[in-house]
Parts: sequence; C-alpha cells; structure tokens
Amino acid sequence: MKVYGWAVSPWIARALVCLEEAGAEYEIIPMSRCGGDHRRPEHLARNPFGEIPVLEDGDLTLYQSRAIARYVLRKYKPELLRDGDLEGSALVDQWMEVEAHHVEPTLWQIIRNCITGPYVGRPRDQAVVDESLAKLKTVLEVYEARLSVSKYLAGNDVTAAGPLPLWLHALLHGHRVRRRRGHIPAREGVVGRAAGEAVGEEGHGRYAAGLWVRERQHTVMCVLCVRVLSEVLAIYSRHSCIFHQAK
Amino acid sequence: MAPMKLYGATLSWNVTRCVAALEEAGADYEIVPINFGTGEHKSPEHLARNPFGQVPALQDGDLVIFESRAICKYACRKNKPELLKEGDLKEAAIVDVWVEVEAHQYTSALSPILFEVLIKPMLGGTCDQKVVDENLEKLKKVLEVYEARLSKSKYLAGDYISLADLNHASVTLCLFATPYASVFDAYPHVKAWWSGLMARPSVQKVAALMKPSA
Repeated sequence: MKVYGWAVSPWIARALVCLEEAGAEYEIIPMSRCGGDHRRPEHLARNPFGEIPVLEDGDLTLYQSRAIARYVLRKYKPELLRDGDLEGSALVDQWMEVEAHHVEPTLWQIIRNCITGPYVGRPRDQAVVDESLAKLKTVLEVYEARLSVSKYLAGNDVTAAGPLPLWLHALLHGHRVRRRRGHIPAREGVVGRAAGEAVGEEGHGRYAAGLWVRERQHTVMCVLCVRVLSEVLAIYSRHSCIFHQAK
Repeated sequence: MAPMKLYGATLSWNVTRCVAALEEAGADYEIVPINFGTGEHKSPEHLARNPFGQVPALQDGDLVIFESRAICKYACRKNKPELLKEGDLKEAAIVDVWVEVEAHQYTSALSPILFEVLIKPMLGGTCDQKVVDENLEKLKKVLEVYEARLSKSKYLAGDYISLADLNHASVTLCLFATPYASVFDAYPHVKAWWSGLMARPSVQKVAALMKPSA
C-alpha cells in the first residue's frame, strides 16, 4: 500500500499508526507541502480536496485519515473496530467521533498556535489557546470519568478508539496533565504504545512527549512537543523538507 | 422489543441527521424531546446519556450512545447494513470516505452559516455576515468537488444510496431555509442529487419534523 503525504502531519500519523498496528506492508510516498505538491493535478486526481494523507491499495484510492484508518483496520484487524459486534462497534464509533469533534479541533488550535505557528512565523493567539485549554479540560474530565469505569475507551479491550488519537494524545503526556489526569497516560494501552514506538522507531523510542501547560501564566510550553517533532523529522528527513524550507 | 429512544430537539440538525438514518433504515424508534430552555440537557439524567450535555443520544435497551454519526451508523448496522456496505471492503471504504467528507468538508463549511443565520437570531444575537461569506466560499469549493463526483455516479459513494448521502439531509434542509440555497444552482448534478434525496420518505419525514424557520 502507498501512503502519500508529508511525514510531520498528525493526520498521516493516524494512518501510519493503523498500518503499523495492522502489520500491513506499506511505503510512504513523500510530498512537499512547501512545494505545493498537494495542489498539483496528479494529487488532485487522488484527492480532489487537495489534502493528505491518501492511501492507495491496488486500484483503490482513499482519503480522509479516519476512512483510511477504518479501511486498514477492517482489512487486517477488524477486532479493533469490533466488527460483527453491534454494541461494541457502536461504542468504537462513538469514541472515534468524540476524538474527531471534541479532541482534535481543540488540540489542533493549541498545536497550530504553539508549535507550527512559530515555525511559519505566525503569531500566537493566546485567547484561542486559553479557550482551547478550557475546552480540553472538559473533554479530559469526560475521558477521566469513562476510563475510571472502563479499561479502554470503548470497553475492556483495546479498540480503534484508542490508537487513533494517539499522536494528539501524545501531546497530553505532559507533566501537569499527567498529575491531574492520572488515568489517561496509562490507558493508552500496550497496543497503542507499541504502534507509537514503531512510528518513532529509528533510535528515538516512544513519541511520549507532551504539552506542558502552565495555567497561571497562561503559557503553553511546547518543549517536549518540539522534541517529538524533531524526532519525526530525523526519522523522515529523507522524505520531508517542510520545516527546513519553511524557516 | 421496546422502540429505540432518540433524545433531543428536532430543531437540531444533529438530531435530525439521526432521524434520516433511522427512517431510511426502517428502525423502530421514538423521539424524546430534551428541553434546552429548562437546562434539561445539563441534568444528571441526560449527562448520563451524553457526558457533554449535548444532543442527540440514543438508547436501545441497555445500550446508550451519543454522537450523531455513531448513532446513524448503529441504526444502519442494526436495521439496514447495506447502507454501510460493510460486507464489501472496498465499497465500505468509499462509504466511509464520503461519511467523513460530509462531516469535515461539507457540514464544517455549512454549519457556521446555519448558526449565524438560523440560530444566533434565536439567541438574541446578530448574524456575522463575514463568517457567512467566508464559509459560503468554502462551501462552493466543496460543491465543485461534489459536482465532479456526482457527474460520475448517482450517489456519493457509487450508484447506490448510502449513509454518506443521508447524513447530508438535515443540514441541507436547513440551508434551504436560509437565503443561500441558491448556492446549489451552479451545480446541476448536486441539485439533481439533492432533489432525489428530497423525494425519499425518510428525508421528507425530517423536513416535516424540522420545519426550519428562516
């Protein structure tokens, strides 16, 4: 299978984690964001929305990272979607939707303001960061309550609801968040962590970096996140030039 | 067997998204209204169904789930799995792609418009035309992609109707209650696809329930 995109994208990481989890054979076809590869006709033919990732499996071309994730898991590890189990699959879907609509939009605002913003010279909008942190706390409270009664989000076994938000949830393994939300780092699960190790493998180990939040001063420390990014960059340096060109 | 219970107000396009799926799937269900005016959505009973205090939520026997698109998938899987094509890897994947596209391309551009035009005035606010205009431009770009797609296949995922098409019904009905419905005029295949959907009893039921006001 082929995965098109630039390696630092969390959405491509979503696809890669599932491919690793599935033990599928795949190769990454690097694209250059700065070079505008996603707007070229050959890419628009793959994804008319001009986005990444795109997955090619034989004559099937898929886009939207969650659709890709579902396809890969359905093909190789349907148990992670609880395929065949009406109630189980509903819970997996529910928590995947929670990640899509409550976690990702909130975390993304923090990431783009605090991590990618500085790389591309965009000033941080602290009001947005503060608002997002407040929303994130609400979401974490819901996760905390759920993970107090269930070992994993969708039940007592690892499912797709777990590994999929891994990249973004890795950003939560920060000091203050861990102290306050004791359950969450532990609950990512062995499976999730193993997949994460594979993605971050070439000597750099886990992507367990984090977003260190200092609330009183209303600043977000991204030290550990930068470490994650530099790890990813080192791993995929032969594929991606994005940050070098963006500077 | 007791009917499924769909909790929420029919004014909400997230609730009526589920109605379209439940109707098309031929599910046995009833709608249980949740009164936002009295804060019922924040009551302990409702928070037990949806910890975010939002609607919809669905109860089917012992199972309680929230998030409209998860509810829609459950309804289809239980009553009309062909709407998801889950027996066929390739077709199911294409349905998934367009289910995601509805959420992250179409509705993500449309719902800010609907909020400004339909909801904000109800809450005593005024419509931010800049937000409407920006999102209309985004919506047009999305509709260009839809036009190209629907000129090659009758429905979004192929020549068969799927949940991907149905998930558009509630928000599109709301669009037609705003002054911006004419945005579809430039896209004849999209218009034809929408007319086809509108003719379905499931979508007509949603239209009757919503009675969206401009």
